[in-house]
Amino acid sequence: MPLVKTEGVEKQFGAHHVLKGIDLTVERGQVVSIIGRSGSGKSTLLRALNGLESIDAGSIEIDGEHVDARHADLRALRLKVGMVFQQYNLFPHLTASENVMLAQTVVKKTSRKEARAIAQQMLERVGLGGKFDAYPDQLSGGQQQRVAIARALAMKPSVLLCDEITSALDPELVGEVLGVVESLAREDMTLIMVTHEMRFARAVSDNVVFMHEGRVWESGPPEEIFGRPSTVELRRFIQ
Amino acid sequence: MSYQLQFGDLAAYAGMFASGAAVTLALTAASTLLGISLGIAGAAVYQSRHAGPRTAVHAYVEAIRNTPFLVQLFFVFFGLPALGVHIGEYTAAVLAMTLNLGAYSVEILRAGIEAVPRGHREAAAALAMSRRETFVHVLLPQAFAKVFPALASQIVITMLGSAVVSQISVADLTYAASYVQSRNFRAFETYFLIAGIYLAMALLLRAALTVAGRRLFTRNMRGAR
Amino acid sequence: MIEFTFAQIVEGLLLAARWTVLLSLVSFITGGVVGLLLLVLRVSNSRLLRSLVRIYIEVFQGTPLLLQLFIVYFGLPLLGIDVSAWMAATLGLTFFTSAYLAEIWRGCVEAVPKGQWEASASLAMNYFEQLRHVILPQAARIAIGPTVGFGVQAIKDTALVSIIGFAELTKAGTQITNATFRPFLVYGLVALIYFALCYPLTRYARALQRKWHAAR
Repeated sequence: MPLVKTEGVEKQFGAHHVLKGIDLTVERGQVVSIIGRSGSGKSTLLRALNGLESIDAGSIEIDGEHVDARHADLRALRLKVGMVFQQYNLFPHLTASENVMLAQTVVKKTSRKEARAIAQQMLERVGLGGKFDAYPDQLSGGQQQRVAIARALAMKPSVLLCDEITSALDPELVGEVLGVVESLAREDMTLIMVTHEMRFARAVSDNVVFMHEGRVWESGPPEEIFGRPSTVELRRFIQ
Repeated sequence: MSYQLQFGDLAAYAGMFASGAAVTLALTAASTLLGISLGIAGAAVYQSRHAGPRTAVHAYVEAIRNTPFLVQLFFVFFGLPALGVHIGEYTAAVLAMTLNLGAYSVEILRAGIEAVPRGHREAAAALAMSRRETFVHVLLPQAFAKVFPALASQIVITMLGSAVVSQISVADLTYAASYVQSRNFRAFETYFLIAGIYLAMALLLRAALTVAGRRLFTRNMRGAR
Repeated sequence: MIEFTFAQIVEGLLLAARWTVLLSLVSFITGGVVGLLLLVLRVSNSRLLRSLVRIYIEVFQGTPLLLQLFIVYFGLPLLGIDVSAWMAATLGLTFFTSAYLAEIWRGCVEAVPKGQWEASASLAMNYFEQLRHVILPQAARIAIGPTVGFGVQAIKDTALVSIIGFAELTKAGTQITNATFRPFLVYGLVALIYFALCYPLTRYARALQRKWHAAR
C-alpha cells in the first residue's frame, strides 16, 4: 500500500483554479521531487498533504487514512506528516533545543528528560549538536533551516514534506542543508520535496513530478524527466 | 419608583443639537487645517541641520504629548489672559486643538518621512535638488500618503476630544447636551443620544477621510517602491 | 482672594496628584483585565462574540470619554444605581481603557508572523497549544512597548474626571486657581506635574518598542 496517495485533488482560491485534479502516489521510502514554475500549484499540493490547505475535490490518503482538512483528525495526521518551510519559521523566543523539544512535550506528552535526549540526538543528526542553547537569531540561515529539519524529525514522522527549503538561503549555505536531506534520503526516509534545485533533485530522487498549470504534466524517474522530456513545457522549463 | 427611559422629548431640542454638532465640526475643521499645517512645518524643521530649532520642536511635541488636553485648554483660556493676551473661548478652543493636533501630526509625519527609502533622498541629491526641494517634492508627498490613515485617526480623536471645550462655555454638541439635560432632567437619555451622534460623526468623518485619501493618493501608491 | 504661598500651591497640587496616580493605576489594571477578556473573545470561534466585541470597541473608541463619564456619573443614579465620583471615574475609565488595550493587543497578536502559526500547526499542536506556547509569548513581547505607551494615555485621561467632581490634580488646579487668581502659574504647575509623571513613561515605552521590535 502506498504511503501517500492522492486522487483527483482540486483546489480553488476564489476564481483561481490552482489544482485541477492531481493523482500522485508515493511509496514508503521513496524520495519524490516536485518541480515546476511558480504558480503551478506545487506548494499548494504539498500543504494540502498535511492539512494546511483544504481541498475542494478529490481524496488524499496517508498511510491508509483519509485526509480532509475540514473533518480529519489533523493532530493524528500531523504526527505522521512532518513539514519544513521555506522561511524556517523557528520559534524566536526559544532556543534550538527548546524548538525541537516543544511539540514533543506539549503534543506527545514526552517527559522533558526524554525530549531533551531526543533533541540532542536530532541536533547532532543535522550537525548542530553544539548549538543546543543557541537562539535562532544567533544562527545562520542554513543552521536555522537544519534546526527546523531536526524539529520536524523529532516527531518521528512517516513522511517529511519539504517546501522549497533552500530557496530563502544564501547560495553558500544551501549545500549544508541539502547534505542533511541527502543523508535522510539514504536512510530511507520518505520525502516529498518541492524544489528548484534541479541537480539535487536529479541526484537524489526516485521519482520526479513536473507540475504545470495545476496538473501533473509529466512524472517519472529523474533520467527520463531530465534526460528525455516528452512535452514542450517540460523541455522549456529545464532550459 | 422605577425610571422610565424617555427619548421622546429630546426631539424638541433637535435644533440645538444640530447647531452644537455644527460647532463641533467647525472647530474640528479649523483645527485640522491649521494643525496639519503646523505639523508639516514642524516636520520640516526636524529636517534642519541646526540642533536649536529641532530641539525647540521636540520640546513642543513632548510638552503636548505628555500633558492632558484639558489642562492645555485651561492653560490657553485661563492662563494667557493673565499675561495680558485676551482671547475669546472659541479662539482658545481652536488654538488649543490646533496646538494639540499639530504636535501629534509632527510625530506622525516625522515617522513617515523617516520611512521613505534612503535611496530616494540620494537620488534627489544626485539630481542637484536642495534639501528644501527634496523635502517638498520627494519626502513630504510620499510620507503624507503613507501616514494618511494615522493622520485621519488623529483627526477623529481630535473631534472626539473636542467635547471638553464645552467646559469653557463653547456651545458645541456636549454643551448643548449639558444644557438640555439640566432642563429636562433626563441626563441618561440626553447623553446617550449625544454619544450616538458623536459616534455617527466619527464614523462619517473616518469614511470621508478614507475616501479622500484614496482619491488623493492612489496615483502615488501604485507601484511605489 | 486668599493668599497662598508658592510652596502651599505646590504642596496642594502634589497631594492631589496622588489621586491621579492611584486612579491611573487602578483604571489601567481593571481596564487591562477587561481588555484581556475582550481579546480572548475577539479571537474566539463564535462569530457572534467576535461581532459583539467589535461593536464594544467601536462604541468606546468612537465616542468622547467625557460623555462616557457623564453617562456613568449622571445617568446611572437615575436608573437607581448609586455611584460615587470614585466609582464613576473608575468605571468610566475602565470601559474606555479596555477597548483601547484590546485593540492594541489584537494588533500585537496579528503581528506574529503567519509562519509561526503554520509551523506550530505542522507540529500537530492544537489552537490552545499554539496560543499558549508559540503565539502569545511572542505577542506579549511585541505588546510591552505599546502597552506602556498607553499607560501614558491612562494618566492623561484621568484629568477628565475632574469634570465630574473627582478630586485629582486637574480639579485641584481649578480650585486653587479660583482661590488665588493665578491661572498661568497654577495650570503651568499642573502641566509640569503631569509632564513629570508621563515623560519618563513615554521614554521607557519608546525604549521598549525599539528593543522588542528590532529583535527578529
